[in-house]
Formats: sequence, structure tokens, C-alpha cells
Amino acid sequence: MPDAPGLELIRGEIEQDHPGAVIDTSFAQERAVLVVDSSQILVVLNWLRDAPGQSYRFLSSLHAADYLPAEPRFAVHYELLNRDRVERLRVKALLADSGEDALPEIDSCVELFPTAEFQEREVFDFFGIVFKGHPDLTRILLPDDYVGWPQRRDFPVGGEPVTFTYNERNYG
Amino acid sequence: MRSRQLRARDMLRGDLEGDELERYVEEKVVMTNFDKMLGWARSNSIFPLTFGLACCAIEGIPMAAVTARYDIARFGAEAGRASPRQADLIILSGRVSIKMAPIIRRLYDQMLEPKWAISMGACSSSGGMFSNYAVVQGADKFMPIDVHVPGCPPRPEAVLYGFTKLQRKIQGNPDQGWRARYGAHGTEEWARGGPRSEPSTEAAEAYETARKLIGA
Repeated sequence: MPDAPGLELIRGEIEQDHPGAVIDTSFAQERAVLVVDSSQILVVLNWLRDAPGQSYRFLSSLHAADYLPAEPRFAVHYELLNRDRVERLRVKALLADSGEDALPEIDSCVELFPTAEFQEREVFDFFGIVFKGHPDLTRILLPDDYVGWPQRRDFPVGGEPVTFTYNERNYG
Repeated sequence: MRSRQLRARDMLRGDLEGDELERYVEEKVVMTNFDKMLGWARSNSIFPLTFGLACCAIEGIPMAAVTARYDIARFGAEAGRASPRQADLIILSGRVSIKMAPIIRRLYDQMLEPKWAISMGACSSSGGMFSNYAVVQGADKFMPIDVHVPGCPPRPEAVLYGFTKLQRKIQGNPDQGWRARYGAHGTEEWARGGPRSEPSTEAAEAYETARKLIGA
């Protein structure tokens, strides 16, 4: 786990090569987070994977979150792991909502981390985030003809209301 | 017990005569009609489909069906079939996701007549705790269910009670008009292959009517 100064060092080194790539850092609850510009996500991931002294070679998880009503709304999280030093680093790429008709887009990291293939499909399936360059970006868990992105916060939960006698009597 | 054996021996020897023989026959013979006998035979030789959906399949079916303590073999249904073509009971054990629903419906359609379905647990009966976008809110939305067993998961006793309820239903009149309600005319599957394996006249008529309706 890089500590807070270590995280700032990483940020400084990335800034040297790729100015503007890192937007912010945060260190809370023993967890280092790099908030990066989504257009430069591949550059940052590539640097963290290959730069000498870093070698975060293992992508232990890739997932997304919807921070509605915050802006930008979506974030794709990359949980990186260095298995020699057992250090974890979270990279967070913020993505703005692109409106009703278009889907937010980010570069696919399947070339860097092959394990991301299914996880990117899952993120696409539930959040409707398009990973550019993904070899087979289709729904993975939901039926192919499903309409909508159910893990977005503005997606209705679904199900059916159950009318219990108690509620009916007191609030019905 | 011993006296009965002795009387049976006497009967076989031809020693029983007159009133004694009458009484013996009355004791030994049950009068019924063929439908009732068929229902009795069917209800006591159910072949359930080896099929599980979720946690009820882990929790309930081995408990209720396989283990010696509860032992569904007492009711003649211990022979699980791995093919829907050989099964006549499907137990929906667990939540039915919208992606699984068409597959379950196909399995059900592939089962041969007569066939039955038990919805085991809250999830397959009503969606249960999964009141969300991914789970069908009750399996009877897409296929007919004969018995709903509530519980999360149901106790093995509850499953067996539901099963005996189903046996009662089979012995009574199993036709509840579900084919019309589910628009399932024409999906009948009958064992074929011999002159005596023809469908009943009602089923054949329903099949012909359905084919006419779809203009085949």
C-alpha cells in the first residue's frame, strides 16, 4: 500500500511524463486513490504497470460506480496490485454523463490486462459504459435483448409492490 | 396377521366356501373406476426432473428428496430424471431470473403429458426478496404452477406436504384449464412410438384446434 507521501510521489512522476493525466489523489482509510483523466487512462495504467519501481502488474478488479447526482457522474475503478510488495492502488477514471442518446466512452484496457475483458463487459452490461477497443463488447449477464442499464441510479428498481394487510390498513 | 395368512391359504386350497368366501372377497377387493386407479398410479410414481435453480436446490431438495430422514421415496418419487422428456414433475427451487425463464419454459414444454410443477420457496412463487429488475416476480407468470410451497427456504416437511398436496391434485381432476390461460395450445408433447401411445381424444382435439388457430 503506498502511503500518502508515496501516492504523491507517484502522482508527481506521472505528471512529469504526462501532464494533466492525474486530476486528484485521495488517501482515506489506508487506501490510495489516483483520480485520473478518463482520456488518459491507458497512459496511466501502462505507466503503473511498466514503469520501473512501480510494476502494478495485476488488475485485481475492474468495476464502475454511478455517483448521481455528482458531476461527473460515472467512475470506472481499476484495482491494481503489486504482488511483490503486496501494494494495492486504486485508479479512478471519471466519466461525464453523455445524455440520453449517447453512452459514455473510455478506452478498453484489455490489451494491458487481459483479465479485464469480462469485467469490462459486465460494466457495459450494467452501466452502459462503452469501452473503446474491446474485442467483444456485448451483454454478459443480462439477456441480449435487455433494454436499459440497470445499475444506474436513475434506473427503476423494478419488482412489484406487495400490499401487506398492515400497510393497507394503516396507510392504504 | 397369522390368521389372515391361514385364511389366504385356505382360500387358495379351495377350502373357503359360501358366506366365508363372500366375506373374504369383500375384504380383499376394492371397487373403483379406471380414472381413479390411473390417478392413484400416477400420483405414486412421479419422476421429478433433476433440476435446481438457486439456494432452495441446495437446501431443500437434498434434504427433502435424497436424505434418509425425509426421504421422498416414501411417496414414490425418488427417481430423479436428468432429461425433461422422462420427467413429469419440475420443482422450481429458487429465484427465476429473467434470463432463465425462457429456458425453464422450454424445459416445461419438453416434458411429456401429464406434467406438473411445484414452485418451491418464496422466490419462485412471488419473487421473494428479489423485488428487482432481474428476477421474474413469480414463476406462474410464464408457466402453470400446480403447488406453491412458501418458505425461505421451506422446511423439508413443507416440501413434502406440498408434494402430498400435489398427489391429491393428481388423484382428483388435474385439468385446471391452464392451457387456455397460458396460451399453450399446440405445445403438447406426447410419448409416441406405438399404437397405444396416442394422446387422449381431448388432447388431440385441442392440438388440432390450436393448429387451426395459428393457421398451420
